[in-house]
Amino acid sequence: MLDFVQQVIGGIALGCVYGLIALGFVLIYKATEVVNFAQGEIMMLGAFLSFTFIATLGLNYWFAFLLCVISMAILGAVMERLVVRPILGYPQFSIVMATIGLGLVIRSLVGIIWGTDDLRIETPFTGGVVRVGSLVLAQDSLSIIVATGLLCVILYAFFRFTRVGIAMQATSQNMLAAYYMGIPVKRMFSLIWSLSAIVACCAGILLAPITFIHANLGFLGIKAFPAAVLGGFGSIPGALAGGITIGIVESLSGFYLPEGFKDVAAYVVLLAVLLWRPQGLFGSNALKKV
Amino acid sequence: MSAQPILRLANIESCYGPITAIRGISLDLMQGQIVAVLGANGAGKTSILKTISGVLDPLKGTIEFEGRKIQSMEPDKVVRLGISHVPEGREMFPFLSVRDNLRMGAFIRNDQKEIAADIEKMFNYFPVLRERQDQVAGQLSGGQQQMLAISRALMSRPKVLLLDEPSLGLSPLLVKEIFAIIRRLNAEEGVSILLVEQNARMALDTAHYGYVLEVGRVVMHDTCANLVKSDQVREFYLGLHGQGDHGKRR
Repeated sequence: MLDFVQQVIGGIALGCVYGLIALGFVLIYKATEVVNFAQGEIMMLGAFLSFTFIATLGLNYWFAFLLCVISMAILGAVMERLVVRPILGYPQFSIVMATIGLGLVIRSLVGIIWGTDDLRIETPFTGGVVRVGSLVLAQDSLSIIVATGLLCVILYAFFRFTRVGIAMQATSQNMLAAYYMGIPVKRMFSLIWSLSAIVACCAGILLAPITFIHANLGFLGIKAFPAAVLGGFGSIPGALAGGITIGIVESLSGFYLPEGFKDVAAYVVLLAVLLWRPQGLFGSNALKKV
Repeated sequence: MSAQPILRLANIESCYGPITAIRGISLDLMQGQIVAVLGANGAGKTSILKTISGVLDPLKGTIEFEGRKIQSMEPDKVVRLGISHVPEGREMFPFLSVRDNLRMGAFIRNDQKEIAADIEKMFNYFPVLRERQDQVAGQLSGGQQQMLAISRALMSRPKVLLLDEPSLGLSPLLVKEIFAIIRRLNAEEGVSILLVEQNARMALDTAHYGYVLEVGRVVMHDTCANLVKSDQVREFYLGLHGQGDHGKRR
């Protein structure tokens, strides 16, 4: 039983990271109907930046975290401006290919700048444990869960109460009407890319202590994609729920099932859920009017 | 009526890709007036409004607003200058509440108190919106959505309101109600209105001046009082018997 609970909590922590990457997919998709396949690589870039700030420059963890978030926000907007904006309005396929290309570029650049060795960072939580009865929980895992929760509250408040947040929702619901309201739609797109880069960056920094930072970290994006689909592409709570589901399933199947099941578990769950609910866990049947 | 046009289109030509929608249209909207644009489907009425609000860029011609050229300007800048567009088909933000839809209408403004006061004012014009303020806009009926679309456009405090088919899909009673409010808005708020409408009877009763469009050209323009008397308008737009020469060469 103890093992089970421990595995579940470890799974939730990993799932939160999937969920955050999936959230990045969903934010961009909802607003611009573009699937950004570079999301995993953007997350990776965030992790590498944190390595530079924390390990190389020796900055305070929290200050470094803030610096990473700011740099990624700027980089997100720059990526949108350079890669997506020029081909906006062209077929979906072109934009999707461009984001895949962007992912490859980021992966190569990371290899050139940071090399291909596995890197590690130390955080205030590294090695720390929390004991609840006979349960031993790593602080690293708990910090991921707490930080994800916090981030969700911030995002919720942002979208619900701020003028820019509501304008982002408005833009994603009806772009033409957003133009008529005087909302600078193109600037909203940049902002959404920034926001989704921030979320991905947080995922990367949170993940860094429990895995190594390496140039293939971006492939995690491929696991986060089923998380987004599972939740019903386009639903923000769905992305998190999907991520956590996949995290738990992966963690449990890695522990109880023979070697190898861990890597396919996410897709098995995805197929099973899609057979039962084609619109995903939180997806709505209502088709968006275009 | 002052003789100064607040909005002047000169020889505007616009197209969607290879399809020319409007071919050289000139049109004046006088300060404080309601001007109606009549015409059948595909005559280019909506394209005129889209060209003014910057969603469609004209190939040729100029648009002057308060003496300033605004053709090919970004849509958000046009709104900031004081032109607000109520699009055809209402174009709600379906998952935002009625109140948030109105707040988005005031996106270009920063005066929170005044915005709240303006929302109250809209609720006085359309009391049903007050009852529904916390519902999402997608749940409103067609008529209520039209009311919301008009009030949302007014939230930016425009000098010119572009109204595209406000009667579309509404019951005759609701159409009357909406048009009565359009007249009130013009009289009480002093907003100049460019009205595009298929319901010619309603439009001619409401507007001061009218333009009749056929396949992207202005074929007739006059005061509405004169247009109502014209044989062509009577026969083809009002369905009354007259001696129009529709189809013949002009």
